[in-house]
Amino acid sequence: MKSLAELAAIREKMQSKVQIREGATTTRVVVGMATCGIAAGARPVLNAFVEGVAKSNVGDKVTVTQTGCIGICQYEPVVEIYEEGKEKVTYVKLTAEKAAEIVEKHLVGGAVVEEYTIGAYKAL
Amino acid sequence: MKELSLNVLDIAKNSVKAGADSIAICLSLDGEGVLSLTVTDNGCGMTEDVLHRVTDPFYTTRTTRKVGLGLPLLRLAAEQTGGHLSIRSSTAPADHGTELCAVFHADHIDCAPIGDMPSSICALVAGSPDIHWHFSDCTPSGEVTLDTDELHAVLGEDISLAEPEIQMWMREYLAEQYAEREKSNTKDN
Repeated sequence: MKSLAELAAIREKMQSKVQIREGATTTRVVVGMATCGIAAGARPVLNAFVEGVAKSNVGDKVTVTQTGCIGICQYEPVVEIYEEGKEKVTYVKLTAEKAAEIVEKHLVGGAVVEEYTIGAYKAL
Repeated sequence: MKELSLNVLDIAKNSVKAGADSIAICLSLDGEGVLSLTVTDNGCGMTEDVLHRVTDPFYTTRTTRKVGLGLPLLRLAAEQTGGHLSIRSSTAPADHGTELCAVFHADHIDCAPIGDMPSSICALVAGSPDIHWHFSDCTPSGEVTLDTDELHAVLGEDISLAEPEIQMWMREYLAEQYAEREKSNTKDN
């Protein structure tokens, strides 16, 4: 069973990480979680980002956050990725599988997964 | 909304938006199959006038569109099982806040499954890690709980509950409690 004692061990591990993050440039993954997003399947997408970041080595520079309605409900689940010095990337119609792929290719690998972006979707 | 846990994830955000710093989400299933969901917060509360309009789909606080479906969808989910939705709210400075109660008949054919409650609770805590969240899910076969004050007592205030590692732990923590309860339920039958 998971116990609060186990949480204390995680704390030890994390304290060093929190110190590293101070002042470091961060990438923000923002998941749209209003009624429209949730109904379209944003929760498993959020889960996949959290899990992917926790398991990869980018946890010290990537934060996963949530926002309300972005205003393009027909494209939900929508995720925006903000990286310092780069243009915002908007991914649309995501699934947990696509999210895992974005963690691997974009957040870890540094390459935007063009086919899932809103630009690619609108061009269809 | 295919799962009640998705409705919970959606409507608890209203409490966040109301500026609450303490939110309690309680599910309780009695022996007769009556499932009640209560969400209690100490947010700003609503006036009588707003309270009458909140379950109207054409009333919303959002600014991006003119419809708000969160509460109407929850009301629908409850009423289609023969249940109901009631909301009490106060804007009085001394005891402002809102208490929402949705009642479902869990054995009704149109009652949506509860679904993945651990994911919804984790998403809420991650979205607003500085709020005091209290969650409990009681059935005759046992209780599942999470209280973020207890987590902060171990972690201290400098580590955010939104950190992916903490999130993973939290989801497992809840999932294991559900699995334990499921086991004791099967044993009893």
